[in-house]
Amino acid sequence: MADTLRVNPINCTGHGVCAELLPELVSLDEWGYPIVDPRPVPPVLDREARRAVAACPALALKLMRIEEPARSGSKAF
Amino acid sequence: MTTTTTVNESARGGAARQAAGLPRLLPASPEDLRGHLARYGATPYRGYRDRAGALLGDIEASGLTGRGGAAFPVYRKMAVVARARAARKVIVANGSESEPASRKDELLLRLAPNLVLDGLQLAAEAVGATEAHLYLHYGPTPEILRALAERASRGLDGIAVTITQAPPRFLAGQETALVNRLGGGPALPTFQPPRVSERGLGGAPTLVQNVETLAHLALIARYGPRWFRAAGTDAEPGSMLTTVYWPDGKCRVVEAEIGAPLRTLLSSGAETQAWLVGGYHGTWLPMPQAAGLTLANDTLKRFEASAGAGVLVALPADRCGLTEAARVTGYLAAESAGQCGPCLNGLPRIAAGLAELAGSGHRRQTRADVERWAGLVTGRGACNHPDGTVRFVRSALTVFSSEISLHARGQCSATNRKPFLPLPDGMPTSEDDWT
Repeated sequence: MADTLRVNPINCTGHGVCAELLPELVSLDEWGYPIVDPRPVPPVLDREARRAVAACPALALKLMRIEEPARSGSKAF
Repeated sequence: MTTTTTVNESARGGAARQAAGLPRLLPASPEDLRGHLARYGATPYRGYRDRAGALLGDIEASGLTGRGGAAFPVYRKMAVVARARAARKVIVANGSESEPASRKDELLLRLAPNLVLDGLQLAAEAVGATEAHLYLHYGPTPEILRALAERASRGLDGIAVTITQAPPRFLAGQETALVNRLGGGPALPTFQPPRVSERGLGGAPTLVQNVETLAHLALIARYGPRWFRAAGTDAEPGSMLTTVYWPDGKCRVVEAEIGAPLRTLLSSGAETQAWLVGGYHGTWLPMPQAAGLTLANDTLKRFEASAGAGVLVALPADRCGLTEAARVTGYLAAESAGQCGPCLNGLPRIAAGLAELAGSGHRRQTRADVERWAGLVTGRGACNHPDGTVRFVRSALTVFSSEISLHARGQCSATNRKPFLPLPDGMPTSEDDWT
């Protein structure tokens, strides 16, 4: 049921809106890029999470249902 | 580039390797179609007899994993593409070998091109591919062109094969970068999901397999999974091609049984100060503590290492490992695609920090800075370049810790300053270098 926040790091340009709207789950690194809590979004923060996703100017923040702890882009052949 | 001679060591063999039926992949000299057919017989297409997916079943039973570095189960990627309902399906033989220290795919394609092409055709049949590609670092060699022409003239191939040259970039062989390049764009990674096996080239389900993986597949199609499992371990069956660097600086390609003791492949005596296992996304291992390890991810993972694409280096005692690691890290930072903020910002800082540590008399906070940046970039790229680079850097900080202390006092243990680890000659800089 619960979704997880994920950043598309290619689209993300470090506006930082997500960290402003959702400081409970998003902090910024020393270069201004978001570090998101990898755990499922708790129900109490669901609305705020959706608001942060909608507000991202780069459309880089997503709510995703993740089955396996996906590490994308493995150099898989 | 460091001058290296690639030697096919597999043709000679120790008794243990011969007992395991090795070498399987590499003949002593380039084998044309006539020699290939004499040795292996015709390509064992299943035709209509394989409506039940017998080859897929054999691949699953064989336990074959990808030999391009990630060791992902081949059956699982094949099954996704085979199951997909699509009018167009794509298969790609990945021979981009974008690791500068790896030579095994190049040698395999020169010595046994028909085995790779057999595997490509058989996998294409098994998943119902309608389009086949061969993606090559050096462009088509005479051996490959000859093999394709000979096969075409005898009508051996089910589908035509298109050759595309990969740009000489470290990430060019990464699956999503490869798909972008084949689509006519730059060889840059993209964010996943979707995986290319679900939505790849032009949106078509795309099966990408390393060329060595396909050569193993061609043999499994002939001799079956039990034959394949006669070498290797239960968890990691079969053999793998390795590119081995000995302290004498020579580079040798060796087909090794998975699970073989590393000290039978690499020197472990006093002339060796450390091993690098798994290439430039790999792990430095201290000597002699690591001397008992075997070539199997199951045992290597205890040292946070993996066999990767089989690059194995014995660093000679007369070189400075810290300097070597800093030089390679500079290369890796320059090879960032620059698409993801943490990698774009972090890797150059990590590389500069390591260069400072490898210099003379670094600032007090530099090592802690490098450790912090390493933590910050991990897991935050669209591809695994930051994670692989950090694995290399962190293990260097640990293994060459006493060298860092020496350098802090303006000293260095090296008596030979000639660079050891191979890097490409020029570092490309412009956007165009990705195509």
